[in-house]
Amino acid sequence: MATSVSAPAPQVRPTVNPMDFVSSGIEWFGELGVFCVRVAKAMFTLPFEWSEFVHQLDATGSKSLPLIALAGSATGVVLSLQSRASLVRFGAKGMLPTMLVFSIVKEMGPIITGLVASGRIGAGIGAELGSMKVTEQIDAMEASAVNPYKYLAATRILACIVVLPLLTIAADACGILMGWIANTLTEPISLQYFINTGINGVSFSDFLPPTLKTAVFGMIIGTVSSFQGMRTRGGTEGVGRSATSSVVLSSLFIILADVILVRLILVFFPT
Amino acid sequence: MDPQPIVVKGLRKSFGEQQVLKGIDLAVNKGEILAVLGKSGTGKSVLLRLLIGLEKADAGLICIRGHETTNLQMDQLNEMRLRVGFLFQEGALYDSLTIAENVAFPLRRHSKMADSERQEKVRTLLHSVGLDKDLEKMPADISGGMRKRVGLARALALDPEILLFDEPTAGLDPITAAEIGMLIQKQREERNVTSIVVTHDMHAAHHFSDRLVMLKEGNILLTGTFEDFQKSKDPFVAQFLSDAA
Repeated sequence: MATSVSAPAPQVRPTVNPMDFVSSGIEWFGELGVFCVRVAKAMFTLPFEWSEFVHQLDATGSKSLPLIALAGSATGVVLSLQSRASLVRFGAKGMLPTMLVFSIVKEMGPIITGLVASGRIGAGIGAELGSMKVTEQIDAMEASAVNPYKYLAATRILACIVVLPLLTIAADACGILMGWIANTLTEPISLQYFINTGINGVSFSDFLPPTLKTAVFGMIIGTVSSFQGMRTRGGTEGVGRSATSSVVLSSLFIILADVILVRLILVFFPT
Repeated sequence: MDPQPIVVKGLRKSFGEQQVLKGIDLAVNKGEILAVLGKSGTGKSVLLRLLIGLEKADAGLICIRGHETTNLQMDQLNEMRLRVGFLFQEGALYDSLTIAENVAFPLRRHSKMADSERQEKVRTLLHSVGLDKDLEKMPADISGGMRKRVGLARALALDPEILLFDEPTAGLDPITAAEIGMLIQKQREERNVTSIVVTHDMHAAHHFSDRLVMLKEGNILLTGTFEDFQKSKDPFVAQFLSDAA
C-alpha cells in the first residue's frame, strides 16, 4: 500500500513585539522602585537586624576577599608588565610606580572589584534568595510575621555597601604589591622606594572618591541581586535565571554608574 | 460567645485571566479540624495563602478571630499572623539554620525569652512532634517526613490559636502520614487549636478531620462530614471517594 508523505508544516516562530519588550522593561523598573521603597522603609525601622548583618558581612566580605585579592594582584602584574615597555620607550621608566599606583587606585581597583564582586556576591545573593523563594522559605518568614525585606534584603544591601570599599582597598593593596613584585623581577627596586614614589604622585582626593564610589557599586549589587532573587519564579530553572540575571544586570549597572560617577568625581574633585 | 475563629465570605481570587476562587463562603468553629479537598489547581493552597495574608483577595471578606483581615496594614497583619501557625507543603525550613534554630526562629523574633528558656521550649516542641535527636542537623540532612515535623514544631512555637496545613501528608508513607494526622489531632485535644488542612488525601482527611469541604473549579461543591460525602450522589465526589478507597 502506498503511503503519502506530507511535507512537514513550516514552523511558525513567535514574533517578538518590541512594545512587549519596552513594557516589560518599564514593569521591571516599576517593580524595582516598589522594592526599593519597601527595603528603605524596612531599613529605617527598628530594631536593626545586627546578627544577620554581621553574618552577611562575613558572607559577602571575608569570603569574597581571596577572589578580589587575586583579581587585584593580576591587575597589578599586568599593568606593570604592559606599562614598563611603553614607559621605557619614552624614557619615563621612573614614572612606573606613580603610574601603577595612580591607575590602580583611581580606576582599575574600584572597577575590577565592582565587576568581580558582582559575579561572586551577586550570583550568591540571587541564587540564595531565589532558592528561598521557590521553596517557600520567604513565604514562611512572612507568615511568621518577619519582614523579609528587612531581614533578607536590607541586611544584604547594607553589607554590600560597607564591604565593597573595604574590598577595593584590599584589591588596591594587592595590585600595588604584585605590581612591585613584577617590576622587581625585571629590575630590583625596594618596596619602600616603590610605594613612596607611587604615593607621592597620588593625592588623598585621588584615592578617597574612587574608593567610596564602590559603595554605590555595592548598593547596586545588593539591590539588584536581592530584587532578582526575591521575584524568582519557576523552580530550579528560575533560580538559575535569577543568579544569571543578578550578575548581568549588576555588572551592566555598575559600568553605567561608573561612567556617571567618574564624571561627578571630576566635577567635584577636579585634578 | 466567642466569634468563630475563621469566617470567609464571598472570597474571590484570580491570577491574570485564571479565576482560582469564585466566591468561597466558609466558617470554622473553635477547636474544629476542617479538611479542604479537591483536585490539584482548584485553589486549596491559595485559600490558605489568602487566610494568612500572603496573597491579597480580589473581593470578599476574611475574618480571623472576629477581626477582618482583608485590608489590614502590615503591622496589624503581622499581629494576626502571630496567632496563626502555617505548615507549608515541603516544610519550608530555612536552609541555612539547623533544626533547632529553625524552631527557635519565631521565638527569637517575637518573644523575650532567655536563651535557656528558649532552648528548653525548642526541645519541648521538637519532643512533641517526636524529634528528640538530630537537633543540630541541617534541613538538607533529614527526610521529608522529619522536615514536616520540624515545620509543625516551628508553626507551634508561638502557641497559635489557629493552624493552617498545606498538604501535610503529601509524599509521605502511610505510617508517617498517620503520625502527622495524629499530631494535628493532638493540637486540638491539648490546646483546642482550630485547624484547616488542605489535602487531596481523602483517606487521611477522614481520619483526622471533623468536617470536609470539597472544592471544584473555584467553588465549594460539598461541605459535610465523611458520612455526608459517602451519601453524596455527585459523580465528582463519588470518584474522589472511590479513588481514595
